Amino acid sequence: MPKVIVVTSGKGGVGKTTTSASFSSGLALRGNKTVVIDFDVGLRNLDLIMGCERRVVYDIINVINGEISLKQALIKDKNCDNLYILPASQTRDKDALNLEGVERILNELKESFDCIVCDSPAGIESGAFMAMYFADEALVVTNPEVSSVRDSDRILGILAAKSKRAVDGLEPVKEHLLVTRYAPDRVEAGEMLSVTDIQEILRIPLLGVIPESETILQASNSGTPAIHLEKSDVAEAYKDVVARFMGEEVPMRFITPEKKSFFKRLLGGL
Amino acid sequence: MIREEPAFKIKNANFPLFVVHIHTTDFDKLKSELEKRLHQTPDFFSNAPIVLGLAAIADSGCTPDFSGLVAFMLSLGMRAAGVVGGSLEQCDAAVRAGLGLFPDTPTRPSPLAPPDQDEPPTKSTQPLQPELPGFEMQTEKTLERNESEKVSPDDDIQSIQPDDPSTEPHFRPTLVIDKPVRTGQRIYAKGADLVVLAIVNAGAELIADGDIHIYAPMRGRAIAGAHGNQSARIFVQRLEAELISIAGCFQVFENGVPENVRGKPAQVYLDGSRLIFQTLPG
Repeated sequence: MPKVIVVTSGKGGVGKTTTSASFSSGLALRGNKTVVIDFDVGLRNLDLIMGCERRVVYDIINVINGEISLKQALIKDKNCDNLYILPASQTRDKDALNLEGVERILNELKESFDCIVCDSPAGIESGAFMAMYFADEALVVTNPEVSSVRDSDRILGILAAKSKRAVDGLEPVKEHLLVTRYAPDRVEAGEMLSVTDIQEILRIPLLGVIPESETILQASNSGTPAIHLEKSDVAEAYKDVVARFMGEEVPMRFITPEKKSFFKRLLGGL
Repeated sequence: MIREEPAFKIKNANFPLFVVHIHTTDFDKLKSELEKRLHQTPDFFSNAPIVLGLAAIADSGCTPDFSGLVAFMLSLGMRAAGVVGGSLEQCDAAVRAGLGLFPDTPTRPSPLAPPDQDEPPTKSTQPLQPELPGFEMQTEKTLERNESEKVSPDDDIQSIQPDDPSTEPHFRPTLVIDKPVRTGQRIYAKGADLVVLAIVNAGAELIADGDIHIYAPMRGRAIAGAHGNQSARIFVQRLEAELISIAGCFQVFENGVPENVRGKPAQVYLDGSRLIFQTLPG
């Protein structure tokens, strides 16, 4: 059964698009035929993170308006064979999306893809609503700070009340918690919420923790999803996330401060 | 099979009514003041049924001459339909004079609102939160619960609507919520108790016309007795609420819930106009 997975958060700037890019790449690397859709109409970003911005000719709004076929709008990813990108429009706004159009696109994509990842815009308005409405599963991206957690809580409430699965009385949307920008040493210093704190409030299963890292910025600027940056913590963490999503048992990493070696401690002391 | 339409149906209905609270046993004075008042607005009542509020003279030992009073009021266009809040003798006399007896819970003037005030307790002594359903309809004109009240059609609101209200006029099943109540969600148990079995997060709102029970951490807002039921209570397994309100008396916790009940199983009830927080045996 093809799966529709929404990457959402409520709050902006927590790492939804970064996660969408790496998560969909990870699914594709594991052999799933995957498409990632940018729902942030008007503030198109996913194509930049995926490094395909110069290949965008048509977008999701053209498909919704029936101006072109879906195939014409899909862009093949440069890193993974199994991955396609459906970009958002930069010149329109979110009102150009409608539920019928989105449903038609998703149904068509379900015929040839295993995983459909929807990159939600921030907020709880129509764009975010369109992205989540048809979801089977949801990745709720949260930063370890109170406002992000509260916004995620709000999004979870909306998923439970307004998604198609909720409206139709089907099995509820499967929720996954993804904590990003996590800095274990700052958690230990009491400057950040811990994963336990976040789970205490949100009470949904933890899919993974992505450590705070400078490599994310590098990856974004170079148009390469972070999961492709070999040997970085972030890439490892995203691979773990994908593995867990596929049902593998992988122990949590990057949630405790790195043990400093004798030399580092010595240098740090200087 | 064709069912014959019955000749009548009994249905529960609620109408707005005026209550004339009587504050004196000097009925000549009452009559002259009524006359004076209605002289200015003779069509004010225009045959609308009214209820005589006797709570203020219930303990006076004086039994009014209801027949005379009713006849006098009729001459002013006021049709007395019944009495509320009187002593046994007064009620007896009212029935003999052909008046009805109204149950005296919701409209009875309480110690919170002395009978000389026109405002209900929720309005007179406590500031209001106008966005909360249940507060805006509480007026002296409302007899019992106002069934016609509309809740704003926000999708996040869940309210219970029994199929046929005529069969159970004053009883609605408890609303039971077994999923987390998240920020921005509002649960309203209309005319009923509310039981929540999962966490209630900050920014979530529980409203019930009856009691509220939360068998989980409670971090949001709980509003019991939203229609003015002062005997409503709130029971919480772990009290970390942002706001607690009973019958319009509310308390916010800017610096957290008081130390002695914080994070503990507790109940909250109303004593006069004061909210009492009491820990429960864990």
